[in-house]
Amino acid sequence: MLNIEKQIENESWVLKLTGEIDASNSVELDAAMSQVVENGAKIILIDCSGLEYISSAGLGVFMSYLEEFEENNIKMAIYALKEKVFQVFHILGLDQLITIKHTKEEALEG
Amino acid sequence: MNSQLRLYCDTAQLSDLRQFLEAILKQTQLSEVEQHQVILAVEEVCANMIIHSHDCNSKEFIDLNVISSQSMLVFEIVDFGEGFNILEYQEPEISQVIKSKRKGGIGIILVKRIMDKIEFESFENKNVCRLYKNLNSK
Repeated sequence: MLNIEKQIENESWVLKLTGEIDASNSVELDAAMSQVVENGAKIILIDCSGLEYISSAGLGVFMSYLEEFEENNIKMAIYALKEKVFQVFHILGLDQLITIKHTKEEALEG
Repeated sequence: MNSQLRLYCDTAQLSDLRQFLEAILKQTQLSEVEQHQVILAVEEVCANMIIHSHDCNSKEFIDLNVISSQSMLVFEIVDFGEGFNILEYQEPEISQVIKSKRKGGIGIILVKRIMDKIEFESFENKNVCRLYKNLNSK
């Protein structure tokens, strides 16, 4: 089960992910990401405080946007990852390629 | 101790797989982070088979046998058909995955980095992939 709440706060879009992301539902994350991009988001904050699990299908969604975000000057930051979920990003070295922070405030600072 | 699970080839079954594995791993001395990683590695192999070897055909299935001893866990994943040889698969570079904006291809990298040993064998129509996790390794 995955729940995605979208919220706009000041100039940032916040996507709050709750539950588990695997190959059965990663398309939902993809759809939510492309929707905020279409809405002209320049800052996207991903709240992962409720995220219990992510497989490569979910990681692949984040990775597929990195080039586009770089080209279009869109900032994305992930925050409040649980340690077990953070370690999955770390195994692939994605913590070096994606901005990952502890809190929303830190994420906003970039 | 041995435990078995039959997974029909539908990605909706992956959450059942995680629950099954969680119950087994809870009984080991692996940390929460390590348990999580082992669940992920087994799921990556199963998801790969469900999607790529069986085209998500829910009439087909794969069988998972978990053999646990004090020092090791062995996850034996059996399917019938063309088979996916994880050992021959050339993982892409992460930078290439990002450049090509493809959404797949990184699952097997995770499996190889998490597990201690991987075997694959194919005989006639039957394929067996074995993932080993040492319980004493740090």
